[in-house]
Amino acid sequence: MADYTIKVRRFQPESGEGPYWEEFNVDLDPSLSVLDGLLQAKDRDDGSLAVRCSCRAAICGSCGMKVNGQSTLGCKTQIGEAQEQADKMVGAAGVSAAVADSPIRGEGSDLGSAGNPIVIEPMGNMPVIKDLITDMESTHWTKIRRVTPWLLPHGEPPEREYVVEPESMIDITQSMACIQCGACVSSCLSMEADPGFIGPAALAKAYRFVGDPRDAETHERLHDLADDPHGIYDCTHCFSCIDACPKGVAPMDQIMRLRRKAGEEGIEDPNAGHDHEIAFVKVIEKKGLLDEALLVQESYAPGIKGKLKPSKRGLTETIKSLPTILRPLRKRKVKLRQAIPGLHHGLPKEAMGDVKSIYAHAEEHSEELNLYIRGEEGDDAQPDGAAAEEVTND
Amino acid sequence: MTENIKVAYWPGCVSRGFTPELHGSMAIVAEKLGWELVELDRANCCGAGVIAEHNQELADTLNARTFALAQQTGLAMMNICSTCQGAQSECQQRLDADSAYRAHINETLSGQGLAYEKGKDGFTNKNFLWLLVEDYGLDRLKEQVVRPLSGLRVGPFYGCYIVRPKERLGYGEFPDRDVYLEQVIEALGGTVVEYDGARKCCGFPVVTMNRDTSLRQAGTHVGDAIDAGADCLVTPCPLCHLNLDMQQPEAAKVVNRDLGLAVLHLPQLVGLALGAEPKDLGMGKHIASTRWVEERLTAGAPA
Ligand code: SF4
Ligand code: SF4
Ligand code: FES
Repeated sequence: MADYTIKVRRFQPESGEGPYWEEFNVDLDPSLSVLDGLLQAKDRDDGSLAVRCSCRAAICGSCGMKVNGQSTLGCKTQIGEAQEQADKMVGAAGVSAAVADSPIRGEGSDLGSAGNPIVIEPMGNMPVIKDLITDMESTHWTKIRRVTPWLLPHGEPPEREYVVEPESMIDITQSMACIQCGACVSSCLSMEADPGFIGPAALAKAYRFVGDPRDAETHERLHDLADDPHGIYDCTHCFSCIDACPKGVAPMDQIMRLRRKAGEEGIEDPNAGHDHEIAFVKVIEKKGLLDEALLVQESYAPGIKGKLKPSKRGLTETIKSLPTILRPLRKRKVKLRQAIPGLHHGLPKEAMGDVKSIYAHAEEHSEELNLYIRGEEGDDAQPDGAAAEEVTND
Repeated sequence: MTENIKVAYWPGCVSRGFTPELHGSMAIVAEKLGWELVELDRANCCGAGVIAEHNQELADTLNARTFALAQQTGLAMMNICSTCQGAQSECQQRLDADSAYRAHINETLSGQGLAYEKGKDGFTNKNFLWLLVEDYGLDRLKEQVVRPLSGLRVGPFYGCYIVRPKERLGYGEFPDRDVYLEQVIEALGGTVVEYDGARKCCGFPVVTMNRDTSLRQAGTHVGDAIDAGADCLVTPCPLCHLNLDMQQPEAAKVVNRDLGLAVLHLPQLVGLALGAEPKDLGMGKHIASTRWVEERLTAGAPA
């Protein structure tokens, strides 16, 4: 048993007051969970402390919350580990600055174990109903429904169940592992800046149906998600949802797969996300290194191959980006040849030959290795010399 | 550790493109620290996650080529960009995870006389920040400081790719990698400023796709740091630098407030403390003025 101080961000709507911090002293084994700590405080100190939970075993998805700023499940986070994390953080870094200095009620921080208190907040990107209970309807469930989260098969339903090859379902097992806890939504940094973003949980769910062999509306789904300016091209690739997810769903990876599939289907989106991706890939194929000016031009007005064909949005965006290009020129930060698309230096010739041969090979195969499905070999796997032999042997 | 640092150095694209002051300041700092950098001048772009989004195998092969070039030198590899770190670690994780996949990738490279071998000579690829703390050491760094950054209030800005996902980025072995910037700022004599954005996203990856979302992120973080009393930000990522510094006047319009906060590359901050001249570190090339930082330092320094 050990003593811990938990510092909870509380909000009691009926009091008419704003949110405030309250510290509780709890006493439990380090291997027990943060949720266990909260329930002990509720039991011993304050029955009005509101927290959602049910299974207490990372199955039901009820207890999403932020622990030391990290979105997670309260029942899956060991309190001992949370204490280590709290001690590591410099002061209250990672805690919402907006409430960091609101008044603390309760018994003060001189109680409990040494070190910083464990900071517990309700999930982010959602309205708070009471204490740690958030309104998941308005942000999470509405967005889940937005992606048509059911199967859309065509033709007459079979007499009994649909029969599919087990192998054809493996690809979507990762997105099927979702328990709808909302931790990823809570952590999403694009959603912080753009609340309209469809977001990680709903997009992971979308992939679950896009990748399902029984679904007949894959193309329509992809079109819908790419056409929405708050859709797949609104994710800023911040990895927050990957670290937040207690089930290894890696929503960001599912979003990247949706983008890849939309690209394969040749879907042009209003955000020019697909054009940007292709532009990047082509610039590296051409020069081996990034040419920023060429990338900007190509993203809006693709022309490396074929004629220049800027879209209307492309022209406006290029004009908007002009001040950004002109300022560094004025400061002599970049040279003129760097600001003119295509003049920037590339790799030496023989190195470019290497890059081109890699492109030729990989664009033909485009193999995907999903570690969630394939798993990692242990470190005791064959060292490289031996492994090469083994491959030729089998 | 006492031996001298010698590494195969991957400068990345942006440090030789739109943020040339990063490449220049790294060279100055390496010399002052006595590090030897063997530049990988034939290596290619890491793909910044975008190539992997398009075609994983392509990204993995391109980066396996870079690793193989580094392994030819027999040295560990160093990068100076959070995004290179993240994009390359992602590919390295897949290559290291599966010997058959690695063999398949190496087949493509074999025509170039190259092969990436897992764990050869203890191969690692570390950002300058990681190398500075883990291999060089904060104590040694402190000894080298000739112009302590006393009184300078610095906000750390990491860049997503160097803090997440933790499992891929070696946090199991090095759990403090997400507080190294704070440790370095303190070792250099500066004061750490706490603000909300230190480990958040600068917004750069979506700047061409959703300019408003992107610049709102950059503007919010810069604004939060100003409100917390920062004199400047410091970042190990040149792409973050583009959104936080080069786009700062545009970001100010989106968040509808005055900004104007200097954003330093990590080697620039280290270089200042090691006694290098701001001008030589390329600080005049920034969009947001760095004059305030320079004044702070020269005011505090003994003549
Ligand atoms: S990676 Fe994309 S979806 Fe995931 S948290 Fe970041 S912005 Fe949101
Ligand atoms: S993807 Fe993961 S974090 Fe997001 S709702 Fe599903 S289980 Fe929770
Ligand atoms: S209580 Fe069910 S997931 Fe935590």
